[in-house]
Amino acid sequence: MNLHEYQSKQLFAEYGIPVPQGVQVNTPDEAVAAMESLGGDLWVVKAQVHAGGRGKAGGVKLARSADEVRKFATDMLGTQLVTHQSGPEGLPVNTVYVEAGSSINRELYLSMLVDREVSKISFIASAAGGMDIEQVAEETPEKIITVAVSSDAGLQPYQARQLAFGLGLDTRQSRQFADLIAGLYRLFQECDASLVEVNPLIVTTAGDVVALDAKINIEANALYRQARLKDLRDTSQEDPTEREAAGHDLNYVSLDGNIACMVNGAGLAMATMDLIKLHGGDPANFLDVGGGATAERVTEAFKIILSNSNVAAILVNIFGGIVRCDLIAEGIITAVKEVGVRVPVVVRLEGTNVEKGRKLLAESGLDIIAADDLTAAAKKAVSAAGS
Amino acid sequence: MGILVNKDSKIVCQGITGNQGSFHTEQCIDYGTQVVAGVTPGRGGQEHLGVPVFNTMREAVAETDADVSMIYVPASFAADAILEAADNGVGLIVCITEGIPVLDMVKVKSALASYDCRLIGPNCPGIITPEECKIGIMPGFIHQKGKIGVVSRSGTLTYEAVYQTTTNGLGQSTCIGIGGDPVRGMNFIDCLELFEADTETEGVVMVGEIGGTDEEAAAEFIQSNVSKPVVAYIAGVTAPPGKRMGHAGAIIAGGKGTAEDKFRALEVAGVATVRSPAELGSMMLELMNG
Repeated sequence: MNLHEYQSKQLFAEYGIPVPQGVQVNTPDEAVAAMESLGGDLWVVKAQVHAGGRGKAGGVKLARSADEVRKFATDMLGTQLVTHQSGPEGLPVNTVYVEAGSSINRELYLSMLVDREVSKISFIASAAGGMDIEQVAEETPEKIITVAVSSDAGLQPYQARQLAFGLGLDTRQSRQFADLIAGLYRLFQECDASLVEVNPLIVTTAGDVVALDAKINIEANALYRQARLKDLRDTSQEDPTEREAAGHDLNYVSLDGNIACMVNGAGLAMATMDLIKLHGGDPANFLDVGGGATAERVTEAFKIILSNSNVAAILVNIFGGIVRCDLIAEGIITAVKEVGVRVPVVVRLEGTNVEKGRKLLAESGLDIIAADDLTAAAKKAVSAAGS
Repeated sequence: MGILVNKDSKIVCQGITGNQGSFHTEQCIDYGTQVVAGVTPGRGGQEHLGVPVFNTMREAVAETDADVSMIYVPASFAADAILEAADNGVGLIVCITEGIPVLDMVKVKSALASYDCRLIGPNCPGIITPEECKIGIMPGFIHQKGKIGVVSRSGTLTYEAVYQTTTNGLGQSTCIGIGGDPVRGMNFIDCLELFEADTETEGVVMVGEIGGTDEEAAAEFIQSNVSKPVVAYIAGVTAPPGKRMGHAGAIIAGGKGTAEDKFRALEVAGVATVRSPAELGSMMLELMNG
């Protein structure tokens, strides 16, 4: 689950991590009031969306007057912000964050994640801040400093020194930095974060280390014990179809092609998409109906698949292990009748009670194309979508 | 033979009285697996599925000499269950549970280093040595005793590989689903090492997916340590970057972990890769006959 910048900065502040003063607002009037309460002579108006690349997309503006604050807030609120990470439709800007301007001396990069290769929480830092860190990693990997923290011993002073020296901080800044990462480490653990990113982390002209941006992802599997954070979820930033699918315990990701897939198991679902591609087609989605696929779930899955108007054919690929193929076949028959499927449906069933399942489909009188194996299923789906 | 589990393995099921635990333990017993004990706190002294239930792993292991634990407890209790099993001398822990918070697994993984035990999973179908011992949720009937080791990050895709090696007559020595989470117990390399040493295993089918660099590490290991033929498939060629494809671990992040990178690494290591998961069995048959 993603948090907005303003939510992340509130958490930062709770953990003693220095951030600029700011106020989140929903109207231009509130933006001006926020600016007046902050004081000073420079403000930043920032669109709150769950996507990076806001600056280049016009979602971060420097303002030097009340008129400018009002103008930028008016321009942003109620629009869709399209960034290189948001998808072509962009994401709705319902909130903007008005922040006191900072005078920047240096821009650094800092992030935390679970490094799966060592099964530890790791810090990643670079003196090349404010830039696309993936590009830095690609072109100048020596500028990236990584530190993995032992979960038994916790964050150690030498690790803070390693990062601080690597970032070229002076003694006073290194002390500030050590406190800052100690706070981040506590936050990461206590909030069940899966990613914390500060890009940029700045050194101000006054010589202080401050988190100028903040991005936090909370691990979905841990939300059961993060009741307070759960309430910070902003569903307006999520893909409506993917959200709807999740509500039915279906794992759905929409793609650009025209052959929809319905599969049990994530690995097999990816493999089915790959097979479609291998045989010259393009998958319209990833959809895992899960191990306990019921008739009801299959029906919901058909509805979700068909909400994508690009779909020209559907490929159902079920390997019935614990799930019986005859039950799945009944589910498909019910769904096709109930939902009114108007595109060709190719079904490949294998596993428990497969003969019964195939017989049910054959005798249903429905226009279902049966396939005996994976390859045939993919080929039939591709040709059905093309005709 | 086969690896890790066989007809002599004695299984204790943690969470035996729950819905999932009950259902799948019964299937395991029907398959012929020696389930000797169950553990559900507060249900000690009862019998379930004809198996004695204990309050703690300490009692279960002391009374029954169980040496393998199979875990079905809910995600919020799973880390505790794994550590309870490890602390009571079980040599192999198979954790089926899905949805364990990754920071729990970070702690568990670190703690497990001080015990002499192996963990399979979490979020996995389990392990089976055909016609001897089935621990997990895989359908037993698709398996057949034979000579191919199967190791995979995915569930139903493992069944595809298994089914293909059954229908073409090769059969399986042992099949292991290592799970789809980013922080997990045994990895490809651990399994490959055991398959290489197992006299019954003549070839290995390896099924990977996008995310992380475990397949690349396995490729390197195979090049210098595995003499038996390996056939590999990686799922997720068409998966877009930044999108989690079902499994928590199946995500292309920061340009790392693409299927193409993994295919390339495996091919460099001399592994026979297939671009279609439908060809896992036929490719292995070809190598066996060649």
